[in-house]
Amino acid sequence: MADQDKNSIAFVSTEVIPESPPPARETGVVKWMRENLFSSVSNGVLTVLALLLIYGALSSTLPWIMNGLWTTSSLAECREILAGKSGACFSVLTERWHQLIYGFKYPSEEYWRPNLTLLLMLVAIAPVLFFDLPRKLLIFTGLFPFIAFWLIWGGTILAPLVALVGFVAAGAFFQRFGRSSFAVGFFGAIVIALVVWSIGGSLIPDGASDNAMLPAVPSRDLGGFMLNMMLGLTCVSLSVPLGIALALGRQSNMPLIKGICVVFIEFVRGVPLITLLFVASVMLSYFFPPDATVDLFLRVVIMITLFSSAYIAEVVRGGLAALPKGQYEAADSLGLDYPQAMRLIILPQALKISIPGIVNVAVGLFKDTTLVSVISMFDLVGMIRGPVLASTEWNGVYWELFGFAALLFFVVCYGISQYSQWLERKLHKGH
Amino acid sequence: MTTLTDPPKESFRLSMLLNDTRYRSLTFQAVAAIALALAIWYLGNNLIQNLRAAGLNISYSFLGDSAGYDINQRLIEYDSQSSHARAALVGLLNTLLVAFLACITATVFGVIAGVLRLSNNWIVSKLMAVYVEIFRNIPVLIWIIIIFTIMTAVMPGPREFRGDTPTASMALDLFAFTNRGVYTPMPFFENGLFGSATLNWVLVLLVAVGSWYATRAVNTRATNTQAETGVRPNTLWTNLAIWLVPFIALMFIMGLAWEVPELKGFNFKGGIKIGGPLIALWFALSIYTGAFIAENVRAGIQAVSKGQTEAASALGLRPNKVMNLVILPQALRVIIPPLISQYLNITKNSSLAIAVGYADITATLGGITLNQTGRAIECVLLLMLFYLTASLLISMAMNVYNASVKLEER
Repeated sequence: MADQDKNSIAFVSTEVIPESPPPARETGVVKWMRENLFSSVSNGVLTVLALLLIYGALSSTLPWIMNGLWTTSSLAECREILAGKSGACFSVLTERWHQLIYGFKYPSEEYWRPNLTLLLMLVAIAPVLFFDLPRKLLIFTGLFPFIAFWLIWGGTILAPLVALVGFVAAGAFFQRFGRSSFAVGFFGAIVIALVVWSIGGSLIPDGASDNAMLPAVPSRDLGGFMLNMMLGLTCVSLSVPLGIALALGRQSNMPLIKGICVVFIEFVRGVPLITLLFVASVMLSYFFPPDATVDLFLRVVIMITLFSSAYIAEVVRGGLAALPKGQYEAADSLGLDYPQAMRLIILPQALKISIPGIVNVAVGLFKDTTLVSVISMFDLVGMIRGPVLASTEWNGVYWELFGFAALLFFVVCYGISQYSQWLERKLHKGH
Repeated sequence: MTTLTDPPKESFRLSMLLNDTRYRSLTFQAVAAIALALAIWYLGNNLIQNLRAAGLNISYSFLGDSAGYDINQRLIEYDSQSSHARAALVGLLNTLLVAFLACITATVFGVIAGVLRLSNNWIVSKLMAVYVEIFRNIPVLIWIIIIFTIMTAVMPGPREFRGDTPTASMALDLFAFTNRGVYTPMPFFENGLFGSATLNWVLVLLVAVGSWYATRAVNTRATNTQAETGVRPNTLWTNLAIWLVPFIALMFIMGLAWEVPELKGFNFKGGIKIGGPLIALWFALSIYTGAFIAENVRAGIQAVSKGQTEAASALGLRPNKVMNLVILPQALRVIIPPLISQYLNITKNSSLAIAVGYADITATLGGITLNQTGRAIECVLLLMLFYLTASLLISMAMNVYNASVKLEER
């Protein structure tokens, strides 16, 4: 054996063979392209087709955007300057910017108010979206609706103050009595709030809004993208609690409550939003007291909220159904009653599962706010189709205006869905 | 010393209504019933008072009155002397027409985009991702308006087809693409077996149904033969003959001919007119919903675990059989329910037709009829009733399907 080893050792090379570089087709860009773009003949054809498509799209839109004019005062002027070249007439956006964003009737010296509201909204919404921020910020979130209402609509500050006091009183009552009995706390809080509002409402003098610090702006003067944002934010934040309540009602074992919830949800999901908006615009006023004038904005908010709450209810129901039965049983065995079990055990888990669905509904709702243009409210689409395109200066500037609207909605909706994916990853306590 | 005490006497106290689980649900339901009754009474009372103040009453007799407006796009006979009910029916059929067309094309777009998004070709999958994101994140109303605007702004008007040197010409001399819509040749029968055109088409339909049943019988027999002998007889030519021979014979007997659209006066006459609004709505709904369907398809294919493919390959199945026999049946179970709810969405979104002036039921019954007669409550109720019926029918179809593909678990 040793002899053999001695012989064979002579054949073992003493130096390491230098590494040779991998073949060119197996490295870097070439390898990536070969694997990802040209792995087969049909793939190669697809790649070429896709490249042609991209080239076609870019070669027609890029010069159009690059040659865009930003400072002319009418489409005719644009055409004169461009002299037959391909080019966009973005000046419609700069010239009509305020109309597109605030609507055409919002008083121009008050534009700072919606702007400030938008800024405050970002602050108020931050602690809801990002859990790492200090929880104290939620106090501001609670105050925000009242501040926003006062800023946008103006008028007397007493109205939002009374509303706030009503909520605070109800909250305090619930804190005090809700611990021992949820039902007493809950219904008591509603009664307290109603009492505060009716007393407070009668205390506000009639002409309080006439010489208020912020001049009052009626709802019909709101418009543009601001209206879309307001409708979207208000309806989403109102419909989430309502949707959760509906979902719990649908799961309930009380036949009457379950029946009401099922009928409501299935009815709303079965009709298009536009018919509900028709209800808001032509039918709902028949159901209010004869002397009451409820303005269109509020009627639309009511209908959109009811609409999206039915969809959110279905999403939350999915989340509730996805929880293993053991969770319900564990809550029961700990001796928790129904509200406690829901608040402490069931809902935190069910809502976590439902987040992507709820965000989808929110994105859909925000897109659907454009439908109000059909019942002649001047939101962004309504502004474009109405006052802007109908004006003599800008009649015919379709691409720029609708492109702008599409871009605004894309940015907001894409942002929301990216946030939801980020949140899903963050909440995913993977094993 | 212990004393035995009786169990505490059951005595009813008022607080038990809230604190005792036996009574609490009754309390809550009673409260809910009272609240519901109060709400209905309040709203109904307001309604009655408001109607009385406005001098109105709830009555559907306006449906029989002459409508007095014209509808461009219609599937059945209609003129401005027809009744409001007839106008609503025209709208209803138009809704069903656009929903049906859009469902088909949206499925095609969606399946192609969904499959391509899973392609291992980087640029194609990214392109499809861009398509999906762009269309999902922009309101469908904007898409409908954009496409309608492009159609009316970019396509040539009928005027440009005339003159000695027309700037536009008909494709193949058969199709005319104008800014008012697309005109295509219309088939008709020169010597039909029946007097009315409808009956002739019903006959064609009956023949098609007959052929379908015949091919099904042939296929069943082929499957039985395969089960007995292990060899499947080739049914392709038989099936083709069953489909084509009666059809061609019928067409020959009845004298199929085509009516080609012609430029007469200021517009095209003859042929089938597919109006611009219909095309805009159809295309916008298809491409918008296609993006959602693409996501469903992708999710469905990804939901089939990789082990299934590997197991099928290990059994010796060839790739196309793996797809047809193993992957697709499982993926379809995941894809179909959301697909059907997308069909539901298409039906509901078709109500946006009102934005481009397509005469669907929302535009006729909920638009012009409502504005002319002022019968807001009746019109909106009828409108909701129609959509509710449609969506209930579609969800019923979904439930039937779900039951039929339900996993039989132990």
